[in-house]
Amino acid sequence: MSETLPPQAKVAQVDPGRPAPAPRPRRNGLSRRVSGQIFLYALLVILAIIYIFPFLVQVATSFKTDSEAASNALSLFPQTVTFAAYETLFGRSDFPLWFVNSTIVTVVVTLGRVFFVSLAGYALARLHFRGRGAIFALVVAVMAVPAVVLLIPKFLVLNQIGIYDTYAAMILPLLVDAAGVFIMKNFFESIPVSVEEQARIDGAGAFRVFWSVVLPMARPALITIVILSFQGSWNELSHFIVATQSPELTTLTKGVASLASGQLSQGTQYPIKLAAALIMTIPVAVLFFIFQKRIMNTSEGAVKG
Amino acid sequence: MTATVTTPRVGSRNTGIRRGEAAAGWVFVLPVILILGLFLLIPVLMALWVSFSDWAGRGSPLSGSVNFVGLENYAAVTTGGGLAERDFGISLRNIAWYVLLVVPLQTALSLFLAVLVNRAVLRGRGFFRTAFYFPSVTSSVAITILWLFLFSQTGVVNAVLAWIGISGPNWFQEPSGIVHNALAGIGITTGPEALTQTDVLGVSLWEWLAGPSVALSAFILMAVFTTSGTFMLLFIAALQNVGGELGEAGMMDGANGWQRFWHITLPQLRPTIFTVVTLGVIGGWQVFDQIYTGTEGGPAKTTVTPAYLSYEAAFTRQEWGEGSAIAFLLFLIIIFFTIIQRWVLRERGVSKRRAARYEVKGGRS
Repeated sequence: MSETLPPQAKVAQVDPGRPAPAPRPRRNGLSRRVSGQIFLYALLVILAIIYIFPFLVQVATSFKTDSEAASNALSLFPQTVTFAAYETLFGRSDFPLWFVNSTIVTVVVTLGRVFFVSLAGYALARLHFRGRGAIFALVVAVMAVPAVVLLIPKFLVLNQIGIYDTYAAMILPLLVDAAGVFIMKNFFESIPVSVEEQARIDGAGAFRVFWSVVLPMARPALITIVILSFQGSWNELSHFIVATQSPELTTLTKGVASLASGQLSQGTQYPIKLAAALIMTIPVAVLFFIFQKRIMNTSEGAVKG
Repeated sequence: MTATVTTPRVGSRNTGIRRGEAAAGWVFVLPVILILGLFLLIPVLMALWVSFSDWAGRGSPLSGSVNFVGLENYAAVTTGGGLAERDFGISLRNIAWYVLLVVPLQTALSLFLAVLVNRAVLRGRGFFRTAFYFPSVTSSVAITILWLFLFSQTGVVNAVLAWIGISGPNWFQEPSGIVHNALAGIGITTGPEALTQTDVLGVSLWEWLAGPSVALSAFILMAVFTTSGTFMLLFIAALQNVGGELGEAGMMDGANGWQRFWHITLPQLRPTIFTVVTLGVIGGWQVFDQIYTGTEGGPAKTTVTPAYLSYEAAFTRQEWGEGSAIAFLLFLIIIFFTIIQRWVLRERGVSKRRAARYEVKGGRS
């Protein structure tokens, strides 16, 4: 509970449907409340600095020289600003290739997931067919299988069916995500059935109803799937490790991880490594700031569901 | 035409506007079934076979030259007495300390952050939430790189420590356990014989009690940094569902802020706390990316996790059976925690007292 009486609007926003709290006795002196507020904000600011400072240092260090990165790690303003790290990354390394690979995989996976996951979600929510319950149970069970346990298994199958070390090996296994099916099913169940009925009466087939009537209404859920699958496949590492070995198929996560162990550089070379990690973070960060509200609510919704 | 909803499915399946639905339903779920089956179900069965076989990585694991060896691979890592058992023991030691420290720290911190930013009157609420949540969306690879720099010999952490006169360690190179270091601080450098002479999984009890190495501690701090934001969101959601009336009543009765939090808010958050703890445990057991990117298990194997060990055994040492056996042991452990979580949370709606009873059971078994 807050220490002071919140304005009416804020109360409504936080918890619609509950009346504003009754005025409470003001036993605490004003000065005590003010000092409490100052303490609270000071604490929050210190915490925020701890959470943000590493990223600021990262940006600053990527513009430093190697020696300054080591001698003056804390400073946020390089004494000599140099773009050497970025020039090396883009001019003399495979970094651009890694970026392209990550982009290809992420885009294809995201498009595929949105389509397949919403198709399945719709069928499980709306279409009546024998075996529906069993399939849904399978999907839920699958959600419990931890990804790290699948490293060896995935390699075995990719190898066995002869697609190891191809784009297909990177993309196909990621195309479907059980949690996504779950989210879409829940969303479609919340849409009133009457919406589809007119189209059905007009003779539209199941796919037509799904594609032209229901899917356009599912935008909020679809955006959630897009965010989750973009973030997931862009940040994915372990699957790519076991699915490929060719340098031409290296993604950003794999490539940057190899930078960390010094495979492409001599000495520590922190500016290069940090610049690589920074560029890698930018697409997810952009996505995050565009859809910030929804991302925050996604997690909240996941708990309530 | 609401009849479609009320009419029993059986009668209407193949008539009227429900015609062709069954076929469409199967077509719609087919891609999901194919992909989950092909890349999840079949692989797990294949790996299960490999964990019981002597497959050495060449040719197909299903070919005739591969033999069934029973529990041999499982025995090698649990009772073999060799290096494989010792490595598995060390990885369990490492991950046990990791989970033991990460879970309470991240749970407490994320709850603390949630309580701080949940105040309706807080200015800049969105900013603070964003600041705390942002590390959670970045990739583990990028964060690990950043961490290697922050905790390097000349890095930010040691520079800050230098302000207060502490000469920090070279974090990711330091294999000594923090409990051992603390004991060395008060002059104890060798353990009693009862501890040093007794081995569990090829690792002496004294080593089990060494604590996480300094290197692993840096990973522990990283996990707390990157997960506290996610769990903060779970706690914020839970806090918004907590009724304010009880708090009001408590205030009328003269309870101060801390008492209200401890006796009124916290008990209502119990299901969420349980979720956060089990998710933390399940996630903790799976640490892989950070180790692969950062230390590859070093120094002195003190950052080897079971997941990394399984990968390393199979892909680096070509001990496929052993790697698969470790993966399945890990699977069993994680499934165990998942089942506990599902089981406890399913009973949530019944009553607080019953839920509490299950929670005790879950912790004991």
